[in-house]
Amino acid sequence: MADIRFEGVRKNFGKFAAVDGVDLEVKDREFVVLLGPSGCGKTTLLRCLAGLERVDDGRVFIGDRDATDLAPRSRRIAMVFQSYAVFPHMKVYDNIAFGLRMQKESKAVIGERVRSSAELLHIEDFLARYSSHLSGGQRQRVAVARAIATKADVLLMDEPLSNLDALLRLEMRAELKTLLQSLDATTIYVTHDQIEALSMGDRIAVMNKGRIVQLGNPLEVYDNPADTFVGGFIGTPPMNFLEAQVSSDGTTSTVEVSGGSFTFESDAAALAGHNLLLGIRAEAIGVETAAADGLVRAKVVVLEPLGSHNLLTVRCGEDTLKVSISAELFPLVDADVWLRLEPARIRWMDRDTGMAIPTGAERLATEAAVVIS
Amino acid sequence: MALPRIGIGRALAYVAALAVSAFVLAPIYLITIAAFSSFDAVYEYPKNLIPKEATTETMRVFLDSEGVTDSLRRSAYVAAITIVVCLAIGTPAGYALARFSFRAANPFQLALVSTRAFPLIIIAIPLAVTYLRVGIDDTVYGVAMAHIAFTLPLTVLVTASVFAGISYELEEAAMTLGCNRLSAFRRIALPLAFPGVAASAIFIFVTSWNEVFAAAILTFRNRTLPAQLLAALDTSPLTYRLAGGFFLLAPALVVIFFIRKYLLTTWGRVAR
Repeated sequence: MADIRFEGVRKNFGKFAAVDGVDLEVKDREFVVLLGPSGCGKTTLLRCLAGLERVDDGRVFIGDRDATDLAPRSRRIAMVFQSYAVFPHMKVYDNIAFGLRMQKESKAVIGERVRSSAELLHIEDFLARYSSHLSGGQRQRVAVARAIATKADVLLMDEPLSNLDALLRLEMRAELKTLLQSLDATTIYVTHDQIEALSMGDRIAVMNKGRIVQLGNPLEVYDNPADTFVGGFIGTPPMNFLEAQVSSDGTTSTVEVSGGSFTFESDAAALAGHNLLLGIRAEAIGVETAAADGLVRAKVVVLEPLGSHNLLTVRCGEDTLKVSISAELFPLVDADVWLRLEPARIRWMDRDTGMAIPTGAERLATEAAVVIS
Repeated sequence: MALPRIGIGRALAYVAALAVSAFVLAPIYLITIAAFSSFDAVYEYPKNLIPKEATTETMRVFLDSEGVTDSLRRSAYVAAITIVVCLAIGTPAGYALARFSFRAANPFQLALVSTRAFPLIIIAIPLAVTYLRVGIDDTVYGVAMAHIAFTLPLTVLVTASVFAGISYELEEAAMTLGCNRLSAFRRIALPLAFPGVAASAIFIFVTSWNEVFAAAILTFRNRTLPAQLLAALDTSPLTYRLAGGFFLLAPALVVIFFIRKYLLTTWGRVAR
């Protein structure tokens, strides 16, 4: 049993505030991903939780204990490091057994747990080897096996997949997710890879400049980014942002972007008084080949076939947009296309603050999700 | 064309390696055969590069000479004390220098290097006077202390670079797995640093074993081997000097021979 709570945690390196006042609650057995660009403080926050960094201000709770001043070994945590940190002077067996030996477990228990952890990670054949004779992927497995062998309450992972090649990373991502679901540990997972975050986490905490800018489940964070940073950071391609003006007569609103205008049936009162940015995902834009009401004209700049779909870069007035279209559609370069900017999928942002403007339509996307069980 | 080129490059590399080896080995070889030749063979001219017979005559006479075995024993003591103290103080200091950023870390490092800038000759008289005043002149401990002063700064710098080469994440991993700072150092950093620490121990040994100047001015009756040889240089026969030379170089060679594995090996694989 271990829920985790950060209360106003700060960590400075000299004058630089690496973690700048973070409050975060993680439920027992939850899988939370700390996501952000390099230098955003996600690893520092993780190290504060591990006890490898002392916090300058605030408190850290693990379970019902105040862990702020506890040494790493007293926190009942286990950690997987980005560099794996597999001990090079010990065999794989001794690496996995290290934590258990420090806990003074009996020989029988150690042997049993080392074997079961190794089997979970499929490295039971390498127990007698030194890490210098292992590949990067195998070393990574040793690091995970070593962390889970102690059955710690909290599992911390610092970019565990970032040093693997793309194919191995894809394979390990699914395997790791399955493995972590079968464990009882609360997991905090640090990554700069938004696909990893979206695909693995129960919830994602997006960090920027030492703060958590958005906390939510993957769909929420993807569909309803809290600000332009989150919209631009999450998603491949990132969210499109266009300068826009909206006027409303009470029932119908007209949106003007630099390439044209369109209307939708709704009051836009919430948007009044803001300098607006229209945020929309590439797949929320429909592409038509003929002009019609409510469509905005654009010119094709480049077409990138990606197999599963085609990625279209278009020029719409002053703006350049990324649009994802069906793999069967091949508009020619310089051809005119007409874009349908799905009003329900638009995320309105304040151009001056960069923050999203709540319009009451946000819940739609996640409510539309279908859970098959 | 590519293949013969590589062949020539290789050949040149071997020639160069042989030349360097010969340069280093020639004096060692000459001293060694002289030390195990008869008196006549030592004085023979032109020299025989391949000894006709090996005898311990020269060696026996040298070892039976007045004060030689005592000075050998004292040299061993001095070297042992120097190594133990240097490693006991130098290894933790090097670790601290490598791991922790503290105020004045850079000036401290500079100060360590600068201790080597003072020629011993300048401090010889004050040092001797101080030793006399404190009453540690002419003792093994006094000589060892001087040797510690020479070698400790370099021990700190060498071990610091050894520890800097060992990722701190390894120790952090050990700490998350139940170690405190000290046990993480003992179980992770120290074993990984062992080859480097062993290398610096050899360096300390060789420096102390061959150090002559401080030993000569700080002792009078209780001389170490180099000081003893220096004192007897003018008045002793060639055979004595050659046998003494052999005793100065042999232990270092033996130690390096047995410990070479640690100099060349990083865990599980030879360093290239």
